[in-house]
Amino acid sequence: MNECYLGIDIGSISTKGVVIDKNKKVIASCYIWTEGSPTSAVKRVLMHLRKQLDASYVLKGIGTTGSARKLIGLMLEATVVKNEITAHAVGTLATHPDVKTILEIGGQDSKIIFLQNGIIVDYSMNTLCAAGTGAFLSSQAKRLGVEIEDFGDIALRSENPVKIAARCTVFAESDLIHKAQAGYLKEDIIAGLCKSIVLNYLNNVAKGKKIEGPIVFQGGVSKNKGVVKYFEELLKQEVLVDPDGHLMGAKGVAILASETANKKEYSWDIKDVSFETKGYECTGCSNHCELLKIIKNGKVIDTWGSRCGKF
Amino acid sequence: MGDYNVPIYYLLTHILHCKVQKPPKISDRTIELGNKYSPSFVCMPFKYTLGTLLESLEKGANVLLQMGGGCRYGYYYALQKEILKEEGYTFDFINLVTAGKTDVKKIIHDFKQIDTKFSILKSGYHLFITMKMIRYMDKIDIMIRKNIGFEKNKGEHIRLKKQMLSSFEKTKGYFSLFFTYLQYRKKFKNIRIQKGKCLKVGVIGELYTIMEPFANYDLEMMLSQFKIEVTRFTNATYLLFQKKKRVKKYLKRVKKYSKNRLGADALDNVGRMVYLGEKKYDGVIHIKSSFCTPEIGVMPILRRVANDYEIPLLFFSFDANTSKVGMETRLEAFYDMIEMRKKNE
Repeated sequence: MNECYLGIDIGSISTKGVVIDKNKKVIASCYIWTEGSPTSAVKRVLMHLRKQLDASYVLKGIGTTGSARKLIGLMLEATVVKNEITAHAVGTLATHPDVKTILEIGGQDSKIIFLQNGIIVDYSMNTLCAAGTGAFLSSQAKRLGVEIEDFGDIALRSENPVKIAARCTVFAESDLIHKAQAGYLKEDIIAGLCKSIVLNYLNNVAKGKKIEGPIVFQGGVSKNKGVVKYFEELLKQEVLVDPDGHLMGAKGVAILASETANKKEYSWDIKDVSFETKGYECTGCSNHCELLKIIKNGKVIDTWGSRCGKF
Repeated sequence: MGDYNVPIYYLLTHILHCKVQKPPKISDRTIELGNKYSPSFVCMPFKYTLGTLLESLEKGANVLLQMGGGCRYGYYYALQKEILKEEGYTFDFINLVTAGKTDVKKIIHDFKQIDTKFSILKSGYHLFITMKMIRYMDKIDIMIRKNIGFEKNKGEHIRLKKQMLSSFEKTKGYFSLFFTYLQYRKKFKNIRIQKGKCLKVGVIGELYTIMEPFANYDLEMMLSQFKIEVTRFTNATYLLFQKKKRVKKYLKRVKKYSKNRLGADALDNVGRMVYLGEKKYDGVIHIKSSFCTPEIGVMPILRRVANDYEIPLLFFSFDANTSKVGMETRLEAFYDMIEMRKKNE
């Protein structure tokens, strides 16, 4: 019998699942789109992961992270529910024990984590704004008629990236349209976009904090070679990109699950559980809280969103 | 704002001979209303107070009271008055602080206009009781903030505080107030708590966001659930009695970082940050409403202080529609971080 631990990272755009063994080695992984429904995405992830494993592995712990971590944590009865920042730091430290800075750009948010001797000393996350995230890049790829997967390679071909406003998506977009209509080459525009993402990140997320190496770059956008190139150019340092960079959050939370004292045996059939959520407005008092009922196998197990503590 | 409606209600019911209407508690509807009639780039207190004023007018109020000063908040009453008039309401508006100054003569004049039986002597006495009440409430609140995360029976502090406020509402005179206060102080001291070495966090920032729990999404309650001891400096006692005296002290303390007063509470916050750094707190959280100019100006200075003292600093900026989920994620990560740092010391 072999022990294994499951970590799931449910992001806004994609859902990542990782299974590790006792020695923190990844033995199965899966990456799919969330498509707006975290519960069904997780069910699909579990199905994929199970196919990759042989029957001798017994699931001993589950951890969840990402923006839907609480919901899925409840659904799977997870032992660990952790925020993305801690999960990413733990996951990255397992592969790069000496990392000092983690850059992460995901679909909806971007963050920077500073570490010293293996502990987080500072972090920051973007607020209020989609500039400098994957969602902006993919919407612009659509506008330019380019597959997002090819974005990086096209950007690398450019010798003279155009200047695009880096502060704000709205300005960036009108800048981009203007440049395209003025007749600039597509690859120069795409390279300019990649550069604007980097500039925006350094201005709004890193905000003049001192970035020291080794630097690890993660999140979906790290697959974009153009963005990596401009990071290296502007930071004047080498930026490491892992082939598993997108799985680090899931791996981190799986490691956390393997380290907790509270362990129990899970069956893989958890994916077949019937799980529903229902939103409604409470009219009990003047607060008018938006409540979310969570129903598992036909029974209400929790209600979220109340300000008064009635539920 | 916060629970201060209790002393203010007491004051108004005792000095005026007309019906005083309690403002409705801030709810999502208040914010919706405030949002609808406010310029969108104005700071949150404007939206919240405008929403409350609108709700009060709907309930039939015909005299509105507003106070505030320090920053551009001091001029908000004028704009709010115009907005409400355009909506077709008729009312009298009394502003207690005009452009940063309290004009006692004018206020007395205004009060006499709406209430012919208004007596200065009697008002003075009740004002004294009101101030005492605010002081006692703040003293109890400081105790609560220290201990609420560690109570053995959950919810005890909150329950007791509600009881206290409702007995404060029924205050007859100064001595009855004083004895009620002593009685509840003893009760609060007797609440059983379990507290060993714990994390300590200071909360600084813009005054309205700090003092109105609805505006900061119950930040203090969330911190207490992490078993963190919270130190907060801003309360009504501070603003009314202590602020003026402290300015010189703060200017001396922050000499290295700033020579000017920076406006509103900004200087105070730098001073507090230095204090928290010297006392080796585990972290500082700075909160403000979006577009709050003095606090935006002070952020780079705070960051420098945080670097010098190596103290983790977290910024929050609230608008009427901030998502609570994002805030929870950041707070959780902040907690993990300061806990890890503490363990590694």
